[in-house]
Amino acid sequence: MEIASIIGQVQGYTAVAVGLLLGLSSLGTAIGFGVLGGKFLEGVARQPELSPMLMVRMFIVAGLVDAFAVISIAMGLFLLFASKNPLANAVLAAAQQQVS
Amino acid sequence: MSSEKVASMTSGEYIQHHLDHLTMDFTPHVGGNGFWSFNIDTLIVSFVIGLFIACLLRYIAARMTSGVPGKLQNCVEMVIDFVQGTVNESYHGKSRLIAPLALVVFLWIFLMNAMDLLPVDLLPRILSVFGVHHFKNVPTADPNATFAMSISIFVLIIFYNVTVKGFSLGKEMLTKPFGPYLFFLNVPFRIIEEVAKPFTLALRLFGNMFAGELIFILIALMPWWLQWLPGGIWAIFHILIITIQAFIFMMLTIVYLSMAHDTH
Repeated sequence: MEIASIIGQVQGYTAVAVGLLLGLSSLGTAIGFGVLGGKFLEGVARQPELSPMLMVRMFIVAGLVDAFAVISIAMGLFLLFASKNPLANAVLAAAQQQVS
Repeated sequence: MSSEKVASMTSGEYIQHHLDHLTMDFTPHVGGNGFWSFNIDTLIVSFVIGLFIACLLRYIAARMTSGVPGKLQNCVEMVIDFVQGTVNESYHGKSRLIAPLALVVFLWIFLMNAMDLLPVDLLPRILSVFGVHHFKNVPTADPNATFAMSISIFVLIIFYNVTVKGFSLGKEMLTKPFGPYLFFLNVPFRIIEEVAKPFTLALRLFGNMFAGELIFILIALMPWWLQWLPGGIWAIFHILIITIQAFIFMMLTIVYLSMAHDTH
């Protein structure tokens, strides 16, 4: 029973961590994309003839902005859905030792 | 895996199954997951794609006409013009290696990423008939592949830094960001800057492809009548991502190598 409560605790903290990973990374990219798109529109409004060039540059920077958020989202989804929670492994190993 | 086995798997087991590589171990003691165990699936898929690109380009080059070009030739010429334009824009050195390298990097990564658009269960299901139980068909969703590419780029960066700059490389390392009096800060800064390059290059590509694949796997867990809408939306968005990631890898390769050529 004690082991079960410890595992539950680990799972609860993992859920909080997943929430932070997903939420903070999407917050960061949201701000980044907002600034990026706003500046792009400003640039196009100022010099409409540059818009194809600016569009390509905007997509490059969009990829750069996206990258690290996507990494943290992948880590979050992995913790949430994969069957072996790597953070609970130590607890499970200890439990197995106690049982056997 | 057979279909009744799929039905009996929990969602966690299904995801874990799709994240396992087909590995082959060359260590003297069997059963380790150490340095000498190879991810065979990554190796096979990336080699096949590389061979495909080489054969395709060779085929086009052999049949090149100056008259009315076929559709395939048009397409290849467009890609080559595009890469040539990007290289000319941001690289001003003399080396003739950069443009072909950029072309190979772009096409290879683009096609390896495009393996992500195949249905998640297609290749594993076909191969399971022949008794192969783990197969990941996206080589760039394996950090080993992306790190192999970025470390090769890193070696080229060091090579060009040393051969082009020669003696002035030492001067540059000692004086560059903060001036000559703070040389004890300049050297570690420069080293951190250089070492960060292969890491960011590899992890950016790996993270994007891994996340994309994981989301496809999660969509594949839905009941079959619900899969089409989110799967379609994510696949269309993913076409944009794979192109941009291949382009960014190529662009940063060119920029890093041209930085290695610029003497200050």
